This record gives sequence, structure tokens and C-alpha cells, in this order.
Amino acid sequence: MGQDVELESESQLTVDGISISFGGVQAIYNVSFQVKKGEIFSIIGPNGAGKTVTLNCINGLYKPDRGRILFQGHDITHWAPYKRAEAGLARTFQKIELFSGMTVLDNIRLGRHVHLKSGILASSFYLGKTAREEIESRKFIEEEIIDLLEIEHIRHKVVGMLPYGLQKRVELARALALNPKVLLLDEPMAGLNLEEVEDMARFILDINEEERWKVTCILVEHDMGVVMDISDRVAVLNFGQKIAEGKPSEVQQNPEVIRAYLGDVEDLYATRR
Amino acid sequence: MPHDAEAEIEITKELTLPKLFLRMCQKYGSKKVAMREKEYGIWRPITWADYLENVKTLCLGMVALGLQRGDKVAMIGDNRPEGLFAEMAAMCAGGVGVWLFQDSLLEEVQYIVDHSDAKFLVGEGQEEVDKGLAIRERCPKLLKILWDDPKGMRGYDDPILMSLKEVQRLGRELEKQKPGLFEELVAQGKGDDVCLLFYTSGTTALPKGALLTHYNMLKMGQNLMRVDPCYPHDDFVSYLPFAWIGEQMMSISAGLQVGFTINFPEEPETAQENIREIGPQTMFAPPRIYEQMVRTVQVKHLDASWLKRKLHEWAMKTGYAWADCLFEKRPAGLFLRSKRLLAEWLVFKKLKDHLGLSRIRHAYTGGAAMGPDHFRFFHAIGVNLKQIYGQTEIAGISVLHRDGDVKFDTVGKPLPETEVKVTEEDEIISRSPSVFLGYYKNPEATAKTLKDGWLYSGDTGFIDEDGHLVVFDRSKDIMILSDGRKFSPQFLEARLKFSPYIREAWVIGHQLPYMTAVICIDYATVGKWAEQKGIPYTSYPELSQKPEVYDLIVKPIMEVNRTLPVPARIQKFLNLYKELDADDEELTRTRKLRRAFVEERYKDIVQALYTDAETVHMDTSIKYEDGRVVPIKADMRILRVPQEGGR
Repeated sequence: MGQDVELESESQLTVDGISISFGGVQAIYNVSFQVKKGEIFSIIGPNGAGKTVTLNCINGLYKPDRGRILFQGHDITHWAPYKRAEAGLARTFQKIELFSGMTVLDNIRLGRHVHLKSGILASSFYLGKTAREEIESRKFIEEEIIDLLEIEHIRHKVVGMLPYGLQKRVELARALALNPKVLLLDEPMAGLNLEEVEDMARFILDINEEERWKVTCILVEHDMGVVMDISDRVAVLNFGQKIAEGKPSEVQQNPEVIRAYLGDVEDLYATRR
Repeated sequence: MPHDAEAEIEITKELTLPKLFLRMCQKYGSKKVAMREKEYGIWRPITWADYLENVKTLCLGMVALGLQRGDKVAMIGDNRPEGLFAEMAAMCAGGVGVWLFQDSLLEEVQYIVDHSDAKFLVGEGQEEVDKGLAIRERCPKLLKILWDDPKGMRGYDDPILMSLKEVQRLGRELEKQKPGLFEELVAQGKGDDVCLLFYTSGTTALPKGALLTHYNMLKMGQNLMRVDPCYPHDDFVSYLPFAWIGEQMMSISAGLQVGFTINFPEEPETAQENIREIGPQTMFAPPRIYEQMVRTVQVKHLDASWLKRKLHEWAMKTGYAWADCLFEKRPAGLFLRSKRLLAEWLVFKKLKDHLGLSRIRHAYTGGAAMGPDHFRFFHAIGVNLKQIYGQTEIAGISVLHRDGDVKFDTVGKPLPETEVKVTEEDEIISRSPSVFLGYYKNPEATAKTLKDGWLYSGDTGFIDEDGHLVVFDRSKDIMILSDGRKFSPQFLEARLKFSPYIREAWVIGHQLPYMTAVICIDYATVGKWAEQKGIPYTSYPELSQKPEVYDLIVKPIMEVNRTLPVPARIQKFLNLYKELDADDEELTRTRKLRRAFVEERYKDIVQALYTDAETVHMDTSIKYEDGRVVPIKADMRILRVPQEGGR
């Protein structure tokens, strides 16, 4: 695939013709898209269309058989997941992947760990630079994350004891602790009630729009109401292939999308009820 | 009198709250902490000098925007320093503060902002700003909507909006142009000027605005502290709505006179935790807060290990025996005293610490009836809980228990400079320097409430042989039982609420053949109980209708019945499919039952309770805070309460 230089420069993340198969199953085939800096980009599609596989390829859990992934101009296809995290790629999971025996605060701190530079020796003396780094880190977690996500009341609670909706929020908090440039969100609304969905949508918008954050978001989500409301652009996958891409309104009008996935336009908002 | 005569200030008709505020700022400056707010997990101090700087710039900023003497400034938001800054700033400019409950619905906000002629609405953040923007069309007198929390405000550019920071910048500019203006404005104030316009929650009609003067408020604080002095190094936690007079009485009336430190919790959800961190010396809360504490203890007790449970039970028994000695004013024996000491050391100390009551000197409850069982509980664990009685119209309270003279069925004796009488119709009336001026734009209501300087409360009661006031109930709520006896439904409801499983109770039976009750179960406690018993449920309506839950609720009802005369005993009850809620207008914002309203709304239920029906069907709706209305259909079972031998 030829690279458009101009698009390349404003693209934060480029997925270029990736394919991956598991045994005889072609999970995704030749999928390409570009996510621009500062946008909310959603990937939708029926169950098994390859949405989560795509996310897994982006953050390095899977290696695509073919194709490349570019992050801020660097080819990261062969980078290890932790290196991608250091570079500013964070994600949350469809099924919560927190340390359920630890407190909320400890889970968030863990997300920050990759940015702490002090070694074990410096940390045991806790002088000068190490202390400053700790204080900076604490300030960041308290002022930027806990305040933003409104989880002050649970900071010392053990994660496993929290209701599902709050655990989802903690997972987002941990991803933010990485101070990411691109955030991959795998079904952040799944299993939430209406009020929690509204809160979560507001948090995603805050993270995306607030001057402090301006994080590019890649969202995999089934709740069409939310997807259509908050996304800048949407890509539609079906049986591992991209069948459409564009603004929410365009995608909604696309006859192929309607046929393949949505059934008819009426159903588009049906998941909300 | 047990007060420090030296510390008491002289209250003249010249003195105002802002003048006193300036005096305190000069006295303490940056040497003493006026407030603390927990922010980002850290208690952040605000000295008197900071307090002054904030109030001064805010006051001048509002003046620059057009605030004049006598103008109203409406305020809404959680308890936070900026709330008090705004209130004090308005008063310094000769303005009048109007507080709204944080969770007020749009119509309530609109009614009060419009009725009070407010020129400014000071909100906390996006939520309050949205409310303000939604009502501005219907409130033409509103000039500006101010806000202080920038979160979520990035997309707002309506010219009616302005941040408090911007207002303060305008204030600093005005200060440069006209130095000394702030001090001049403060000096113009007089004690008889109105400082607060306080909308009473009203169990029957639209809210009425009570006009309170500086003199009213100052005298309130002084007379309260003549009974129970506070000290400059005390800590007070401000977490109950500023729109409730009790909070103003502590934070403003009393707080400014002694200069104790006011602490603001991080978030409403963290209040209980933050209270524990502060350990205040004094506390004033409506009964529901204390009821919640008791419920917490009861639930933790159920969860505890066998040994801890037994220890707790023994300690409580000892505590109750000791409390009974206190109530009966007879000395406790040496044996009981040593047992009690051991109980304090083993159990109560820890318990009080968890409730945030470890340093408490005086805990007050008022605003609604509190059951005797709750009362005994707190004295048993060694908390000096005292009943107080009063109204917004008297700037807070008029009657209070004295230390060592606490009777749990009374509300105590009048404050200094306060007279309390009972009329021939058994109505409680009072007179004091704190009695308000009247209702704003409502001369009829004023005439009904204020006669020859006496404040008519609308409460029925009597004065007992020890000179204590006993409040029976709101006059209009008093029930006539089947045998013609008068009865207070509030009393019975408060007794029922001692059960940790009962959140709200509504007793019916006025001029009816027998008594019945509508119960709202406590979702958290009953839910936990159901989980332990392996009873599946998905929602409040479903849980409330489980036969097992009915069996659970009938027990405390039978227990209360045992102590009542036969005609007052509850014969039937049902569990309501939802919790009573202020958003549905079933409760006032201070969580008092709006009896006439619920009787009308649930008239099908009331009817069914007086037929042979075993279920009742309801078609109704639930209103959410954002204005959405969701229809609900529910079937509720009616259960007959087994009756035991009569008394």
C-alpha cells in the first residue's frame, strides 16, 4: 500500500494492511485505517468481526502475520507491548483485568510504574530526585486522575470488593496513569447501567477534549448510541474485513453497513434501551 | 452560667456578620486556620487572611458587576470554602444570601431564584451552571451565573457565565481604583439589615422565604454558646447542606464568634471518612445522620465474629444500664462504673472512633423527631447527644437540653433570652432576639406566624413538670385514634426506624378504625441480609416484595406494637416498591415526610389497607434528578401483623 505523506504526518496511529489468522480462521484480513491526532475513532462490527483482535495487534498482544502498525511515524509492529506502553499506548480491557486484591490507589500506581526511573538502591534511600519523582507521581495521580474520574471515595478500597461500574472506572484510571498519547478502549460501556454509561461517556470526552489530556481514543464498543454520539469517525469491520469508514452519519447511511451489521436503521439505537 | 464571660462579644444593633468577620480576620490573620478543605487527598488549610482576601475580591468583583445593597445572591453547590466566600462576600456588600439545596430540581431552583429576585446565581460547577442556564429565560432578574469548578466547563461561552476567578480579578481592579471601598461597604451595614433569605422546605406548600437579620444570626450563636461554649481550637465539619439553617447556625452564627476551624470534606461520599479524620468537638445533624450511624453499627455487628459480637452485646448492655442511670439522674454504683470503664476501653472507644465521635463534646440532633431507642444508643456508648428544637424562623434553635439534664422524650429548656410558651390550643410559641422579620413577599403567611413578636410554630406540645418542652408533632399531623385518643405518627415512625432494615416509615390511621404502616426497606441492609440468606433479587421493587423480607419487617413492627396501647398498634403493613424521595416530592429536602402529598399520591394503597385486599396495584412514575420520568407498574402485598395480648 502506498503511503500518503501528508496523511502520515497528521496520523497518530496507522494500521496498514494487517492480517492475522489463528489456525484456519482468518481473524482479520488486510485491515487499514489511520487515526488522526486528537480524535475519537471507533471500531464497530458484529460479534467475531475482529475488533478486539485489531486492538490486540495495536498494543502488541498479537503479532500480525502481514502488514505494519505505525505509531507517531515509528514502525512498532515488532515492538514488545511494554515498549509500546512506554511510548504512550495504553488500553483497557473488555473483561476487567485489574489486580483485584489490591487497592484502587495501588492499581493506579502500578500503571504509573513504567515512568518511574529511580532504581531499587535510590528508592531505598529515598533522597532528592527519588523523593521528588514520588511526589510528582502522587500529584499526577491525585490531581489529574482521581479528581477527573471522581473516585476519591474509593481510593483506599480493595478493587475486588467494588461494584462492576466502579471497577471499569478504575481500569480507565490505571490506563491514564501511563499518561498515554493514544488510549485503546475495549468495550468500556459493557455491563454498565444507564447512569454509568453516561458518566463513562463524559469521562472519555473529558480525556479527549480537556487541554490537559487531549488523548486520542480508539474505541471498540457495542453501544451504538454512545458510538454515534461521541465518535469523530467510525470504521466498520465484518468477518475480519473493513467494509466502511467515515463520519458516524455517513456510516449510518452506508447500505452495506446496514445490510451487514445493523439490520436496519431502526436497530441502530436499539442497544440503548 | 457555664460560659466564658471574657470571650463573649457584645452584640449591638451596629454589629453585623461582616464587621465581626473583619474583626476576626484582624485578630487571627495568617496565624490561625479558618477553614480546611480536603483536596486531592490532602487537607489544605485556609487561614483567616486567605479567607479575607477571597471574600474581599469576590465582594468587590460582584459590586463591579452591579451588586447593590439589598440585592439577593442565590447560591447552590456542595459544602466548600467557595460557598462560604460567596455568602460572606454578598453580605459584605450589603447583599442577602439565598441558599438552595444542592440536589434541587429545576422547578425548585427556578421558583426560588425568581421569587427571591436574585441578581446572581453562584454555582459550583457544570451541573449547577446547567441548571442556571436552563432557568434563565424564566428568571429575567438574573444578571450573572458564577461558577468555580472548571471541570467540564471548557465548552461554555455564554456571556451570562463568569468564573469566580474572573470575578475576583474584577474585584482586584476595583480595589486599585477605589482603595478602602470594601471597608466602607462593610461599615455601612446595620444589625437590623437582612443578611439571609432562607427558604423553608415546607411539608405542605411552596417554600416560603424567611428574612433573617445580622442581629438574629449573631444572637442565635451567642445564646447557643452561652449554654454550650465552643472554643477557638475546636474543629467543626461542615457537610450538611448550607441551605439548612442548622449548618448556618454552626458555620456562621457560632463559627464567626469563636473562630473555630471549619472543615470541608473532599466529596459528599467521603464525608463520613473525613469526619473520622477530623474528629470534631461539636456536631449538629438531623436524626437521619444518627440513624445511619446506628444502622452502620448494627450491620457491622451482624458481620462480626462470634467473640466480637458477644463483647459488643455485653458492652451495650452495660452502656444501656449506665445511660439509664444518667437519664434517671441517679448515681451509678461502683461496680457498674468499673464495668462501664472496661466497656469503654474494650468497645466504645473504637466504636466512637469509627463514627468520628471520639472527641465529641456536644452532639445535637434536631429538625425532626428522633426515636428514644436511638437516643439511648448514643448515651450508652458515651456520646453526649442532645435534642434541640427550633425553626428557620428563629434563626435555628430555641430550646436545648442542658448537660446532665437530658431526657430523651423532651427537647430540653429554652435558650437564654428566649421565652417558650404553649397556647391554649397546645401550640408551641416562642419569642427571642432571633425571631425573623417575616416571609419575603408573603404578608399573609407572616401574619399567621408572627403575632405580637411571638413566633407561632404550628407544632403541638406541652411543658413538663421539670420545665422541659415536649414536642408532640406538627399540629396538622396529629392523629385521632379509633378510641378518640390523640397520637403522634412521627413518634411511631421514629420507633420503627430503629430497625436497621427500615429506612422510612409512614403510619396511617387518622380517624380510621385501625393503624397501618407503609414501609420503605433499607436497600443496603436488607440486600445484604438477602445475600447472606441466599435470596436472589435484582432490584429494589423485587426485593421489597419477597415473602422473606415481609417476615423480616414484621418482627420489628411486632416489637414496637408490644409497647403501644391497643388502638395505636399497627394491624397491617406493606412494603413500598420504591424509596420515598425528595425528587418525587414525597419528602422535603431535609427528608421529612410530606404527609398530605403521599396520602394523595398513594391513595390506592391507603384504600387497600382498609379493605380485605391482599395486594394492591400501582401505576405510577419515578422522576430522576435530570428530569426524566420513568413509568412504574407494581404489585404490592399487604401483610396482617399478628397481634398479641392487649395492654
